[in-house]
Amino acid sequence: MLVVGLLAFAVSTKLGDPVNNMLGQSATSEEREAMRRELGLDRPFVVQYGRYLGRVTRGQLGVSYRLGIPVGELLAERLPASVELSGVAMLLTLLFGVPMGIYTALRRGSVVSKVILGGSLAGLSVPTFLIGLLLIFLFAVQLQWLPSSGRGQVVSVGPWTTGLLTASGLRSLLLPSITLALYSLALLLRLVRGELLDVLQSDHVRFARARGLPERSIHFRHGLRNALLPVITVAALQLGSLLAFSVVTETVFQWPGMGLLFLQAVQFVDVPVISSYLLLAAVAFVLINLVVDLSYRVLDPRVRSTLGGT
Amino acid sequence: MRFSRAAVLLGVLFAAETGWGQTFRYASTGDLLTLDPHSADEALSNSFKNNVYEGLVRFNEKLEPEPALAVSWKAVNPTTWRFQLRKGVTFHDGTPFTADDVVFSYGRQRSKNSVMASHLSSIKSVRKIDDNTIEYLTDGPDPILLRNLTEHFIMSKKWSEQHATTEPVAGLSEETYATRHENGTGPFQVVERVPDTRTVLVPFNKWWDLSNKQYAITRAEFRPIANAATRLAALVSGEVDLAYPVAPQDVARVESQKGFRIIKRPELRVVFLGMDQWRDESLDMPGSKKNPFRDVRVRRAVYQAIDEEAIRAKVMRGMAAPTGLIIPEGTEGYDPKLRERYPYDPGASRKLLAEAGYPDGFPVTLDCPNDRYINDEAICQSLVPMLARVGVKVTLNAQTKSKHFDKILKKSNNNTSFFLLGFSPETADAMATLLPVMTMKLEGSGAWNGGRYTNPRVEELVTRIRVEMDPEKRRKLISEALRIHREDFGHLPLHEQLVIWGARDAVEVVPDPRDRVQLRFVKMRQ
Repeated sequence: MLVVGLLAFAVSTKLGDPVNNMLGQSATSEEREAMRRELGLDRPFVVQYGRYLGRVTRGQLGVSYRLGIPVGELLAERLPASVELSGVAMLLTLLFGVPMGIYTALRRGSVVSKVILGGSLAGLSVPTFLIGLLLIFLFAVQLQWLPSSGRGQVVSVGPWTTGLLTASGLRSLLLPSITLALYSLALLLRLVRGELLDVLQSDHVRFARARGLPERSIHFRHGLRNALLPVITVAALQLGSLLAFSVVTETVFQWPGMGLLFLQAVQFVDVPVISSYLLLAAVAFVLINLVVDLSYRVLDPRVRSTLGGT
Repeated sequence: MRFSRAAVLLGVLFAAETGWGQTFRYASTGDLLTLDPHSADEALSNSFKNNVYEGLVRFNEKLEPEPALAVSWKAVNPTTWRFQLRKGVTFHDGTPFTADDVVFSYGRQRSKNSVMASHLSSIKSVRKIDDNTIEYLTDGPDPILLRNLTEHFIMSKKWSEQHATTEPVAGLSEETYATRHENGTGPFQVVERVPDTRTVLVPFNKWWDLSNKQYAITRAEFRPIANAATRLAALVSGEVDLAYPVAPQDVARVESQKGFRIIKRPELRVVFLGMDQWRDESLDMPGSKKNPFRDVRVRRAVYQAIDEEAIRAKVMRGMAAPTGLIIPEGTEGYDPKLRERYPYDPGASRKLLAEAGYPDGFPVTLDCPNDRYINDEAICQSLVPMLARVGVKVTLNAQTKSKHFDKILKKSNNNTSFFLLGFSPETADAMATLLPVMTMKLEGSGAWNGGRYTNPRVEELVTRIRVEMDPEKRRKLISEALRIHREDFGHLPLHEQLVIWGARDAVEVVPDPRDRVQLRFVKMRQ
């Protein structure tokens, strides 16, 4: 974490001079210098980093240069939007990715499989912002079925704001979550297919077949179960990516989440926001990896037994 | 920020689908940073302030000062101005407006954390005479006091004290109440604000100028939409009534859409090139002991190698007004006689370069922003082959505005040989360009003079312009300074970019040359 902290801080101080963004053009050079001193930006890098570490360890993330609001509060406000977006995107990924993967593995030659696989190539290769803009053009401009941007009407549930409970919130969620999901969906689909094909060729499946077990049981009991392990790892890592790197999607759809906040912070050189966001993303990744590792124990008897043996 | 009950009941979706006649929904690139009028000095925040807050003086549609919270003023002596305050004005919370609020707001805007202090730098102090009269004491005769006062926003003393927000925030301090709440005297009041999502306003029904109101809307909703394509989509799908700015390449798309139109006019901003005129040796020619740009013939050669007409037609798609003057039309002191550009003439250019001792040209790096002005990077790219034709080998260094300004301004010791800048005299007075861009030696000068252009005669003229109270004499002095700068080729002006807004036909609005949508000038037909 210390390394991430250092990196996050170093990156955010190399983005330019926040003072020019904070003061208008009518400010004199002397006024700019005064502001720089006030923020401690005139100090050497080591001193700035030391002060920053001191604040972070005391739980103070600072106040946004851009908005004048404490960073913790800002992130907390934007978190629900990002979590809902990436949560729904993850749901779409699992809901469609796994069944489609299974289908294309079992019905290898069929036309539907070929269409799905072809589509998944597009999902992997077409950049997210382009997909987003195409969807906006089709569903918001041409058909006018869905809003082009924003989060719609949200409802507060305690500190959490949710768009899942209103019609406009759900409609607003549709296009961005599909856009965000496409890449991970395509990835997962191809992974499930590949793993399942592999497993279906392995000895124990052939043995099961020789025993005359029904195809259904072979596919799902012996095949899928064994194919799932790497799938879970990748799916979990994808969740991290969806959460941390929804920057592009959030920008295209003006989704008021952390990704949009981060991008705006970068443009403004809002150092406290940038470094806190990167720290938070690092924490999220570490947590997700931890959960994945622990889940192996539950899912894979072999891991359990080796751990037990040592 | 929680939603008001009314907003939840009505619902944005419903609004979008039924298209209320009188709700004006508009979108721009980003959100206002704060509602506090003293703690952000940035384009969008500034454009929003006048909807909610007011000064003693305000600009009319032609950017001329007119009475607002003051009804009249006179100079008691050259450094003392007496303002008669308007009676019967109330803040949005119902508190009456008095001289105490002016004295308080002066202190707040001048305080350490305020980023708006520079607008009041000529005012030494303020004095309450009685409840409806105040006096400003300036450090010398100040011909642009009234223009600066349009950026002096009055807050309620009582409200600010009640909510412990007697100082604005900047940087490391804590958030203050005024960041998310407002209490101005202006024509509109904020009823809902969700940062980076939307800000909703309704007309203030006790506004002092209600009987002369020029707006015809019952509600306004501002939405930031950062991505240009999404913003355009929101416009043509009817989700917003006005979107700005529209990129030149999208103009045809809006115009081809039935029921929509483009509103445009020259912006109060000139895009120009600056050159390092102070180093003995160019940053790009280490070891040569030469800095070509110190020679006026070289500066002129570069100027005449630039085909601005091609930039206007191709890069800007016609959305620019070429100019030879560093201040834009509509600025006090603007002199149309100086506008004409020196002709595009690569032949003359090569000759000048040869005379100056650079028959084979020279290498130079052009610093350029890529997200600040309309097609800024494309302009710089088009300059590379133009200058190559006369032998000047340009390396383009285009980067985001924060890095660009960091590099070319004083903090980095003006670490540039050649740069692009677009500058707007926001008070619509020539002084706003003369001091920061064209001088080095005066108090408060040179903040945007990346090439450190200086001419003793111009410095002297600016010293006089600063205190000259006779408008005619002052215009003559400004004209002379501009003429000298033009003949010095101190900077190389390119064009005034255009303000380009896309709107539904039902919207009637006079575009503000500072690229600001001001709600008090917006009308919507049913």
